[in-house]
Amino acid sequence: MAKKSSLSPALVARTLIAWAVTLLVFFPLGWLFLTAFKTELQAIAVPPELFFTPTLENFHEVQERSDYLLYAKNSLVTSVLSTLLGLAIAAPAAYSMAFFRSPRTRDILMWMLSTKMMPAVGALVPIYVLAQKSALLDTQLGLIIVFTLSNLPIMVWMLYSGFKDIPPEILEAARMDGATLWQEFRHLLLPLGLGVLASTGLLCLVLSWNEAFWSLNLSSAKAGTLATLIASYSSPEGLFWAKLSAASLMAIAPIIVFGWFSQKQLVQGLTFGAVK
Amino acid sequence: MAFLQLKGVEKYFGDLRAIKGIDLAIERGEFIVFVGPSGCGKSTLLRLIAGLEHIDGGSLMLDGRDITDAPSSKRDLAMVFQSYALYPHMSVYENMSFALKLAKEDPAVIREKVERAAQILNLTPYLQRTPRALSGGQRQRVAIGRAIVRAPKVFLFDEPLSNLDAALRGQTRVEIAKLHRDLGATTIYVTHDQIEAMTLADRIVVLRDGQIEQVGTPLELYDRPANQFVAQFIGSPQMNVVEGRHLPTVPEVPAGGFVGLRPEDVTVQLAAQATAGGLPGTVELVESLGAETLIYVATDSGAQLVARQATRTALHNGDRVGIFVEAANAHRFDAQGRAARAG
Repeated sequence: MAKKSSLSPALVARTLIAWAVTLLVFFPLGWLFLTAFKTELQAIAVPPELFFTPTLENFHEVQERSDYLLYAKNSLVTSVLSTLLGLAIAAPAAYSMAFFRSPRTRDILMWMLSTKMMPAVGALVPIYVLAQKSALLDTQLGLIIVFTLSNLPIMVWMLYSGFKDIPPEILEAARMDGATLWQEFRHLLLPLGLGVLASTGLLCLVLSWNEAFWSLNLSSAKAGTLATLIASYSSPEGLFWAKLSAASLMAIAPIIVFGWFSQKQLVQGLTFGAVK
Repeated sequence: MAFLQLKGVEKYFGDLRAIKGIDLAIERGEFIVFVGPSGCGKSTLLRLIAGLEHIDGGSLMLDGRDITDAPSSKRDLAMVFQSYALYPHMSVYENMSFALKLAKEDPAVIREKVERAAQILNLTPYLQRTPRALSGGQRQRVAIGRAIVRAPKVFLFDEPLSNLDAALRGQTRVEIAKLHRDLGATTIYVTHDQIEAMTLADRIVVLRDGQIEQVGTPLELYDRPANQFVAQFIGSPQMNVVEGRHLPTVPEVPAGGFVGLRPEDVTVQLAAQATAGGLPGTVELVESLGAETLIYVATDSGAQLVARQATRTALHNGDRVGIFVEAANAHRFDAQGRAARAG
């Protein structure tokens, strides 16, 4: 009786619920993974086959039919450059909002956030026309601009709350020490805000990589990202589940691996300012 | 022309006029203390001089140069912040050498200057530590060290001791006084603590509601306060100020005016033993501080007075006493609180 059992019913229940939720969330991803290594016939078999001889045929075919590397390169270029461009715009904006507050700062931040509440499709026609008139349709530059703009509100918010954790007197002390604006950024804001800058960048990289709506509507064969590659397997000649799965797996694998390695940084960034 | 000259300096926060046309001339090498109750504008005035806030009116001249609109980085001033504001990601050495590095000084010169400052402030063993690994008093010294390595034209201190405990505060106060004596640097020091003001200052500037109430040496303010506010702000416990009619023994009080008496100018004797001419009253409280004793009394006419004596007392709460005042040392104020000259 001295030792109380560590397996109390409440703990067992909680563990079971946790596992159930985890499996539920993970199931589509696991199914996708399995299907990618099946033949088309196995993929639509009823009842579904859990044990089968895996094949790489789908991956060959995806690469043959559509140039995976081209799409992957487009994804990489657009997400990295839109992240860098976004940081270059959002960091100064967040800096001035965090350290030079005005009575309107709060309103501007709320307004920026409110633009994310509008469905993207609401702006589709004007943006499509704008892209068309400026010859940005199906170009990497066009996607970079749109990705940057759609991520900006969230980047400014994250950086703003991260910068607000830096005591303003430290920057004032640097100014008294003779630091110019650039030196203040280089020697203080950059090292002190490195955490939030990194996590904001990571999040935007992930968001841009996964972005589907704008890349589907504004790009196709030339500047198309992996999202458009996946979509191209879903309609014209009927559904090819195995190839669709293989294409999806190839599209999400890089960002999943990337996310795995950077998850600590990401979580830290998303909870900035939440706990003191 | 004064070394640092403020002319009609104004500051608004929205519609609030926080600093109301300050004129002040500070000479080279002076130790000036801004003192006043919280919200009086003393820190704002310091930040205006530092360039951390924009000056909305008037002008600021330093050593013959107009710096009214110059950015902080170009004013050649150093500031010690209340929160120390050390750079948390840099070592003590890097903190102290930062300004010199920005000014592109020769590394050998930087090393020499930082090491000398560290020696003065007893920081040599801590040069490689980060601020996190230092105690409050050590952080404070690093903040001071960061200012002195630069040899700026003026040192600005914004309540530098208020985050230290009482013992350390007294000790650091003495160190700052010594430092000023040795370096002879022009210094502006903001505090709400009148003891710091009295002990450190060459001249004290008493501020209230964004205006200067009086400027003078500590003893000038103590002996000849310009008004009732200054009289009561300087000195602890504060000066007794009572309506003239309560103290018939003090002559020449303006009609409707007030009499001010330092606690050391009030003496109290047990009524039974009192010589004639004392005001009758009752002891309300006795505070024995060891070196001195404070006796709180109420006169029968309803005035409250504090007496300070260097000896211990046999008086108790409720004792009937005779109260005597040193009329020659009394201060007289008119009905508006302005000091009135006797005779």
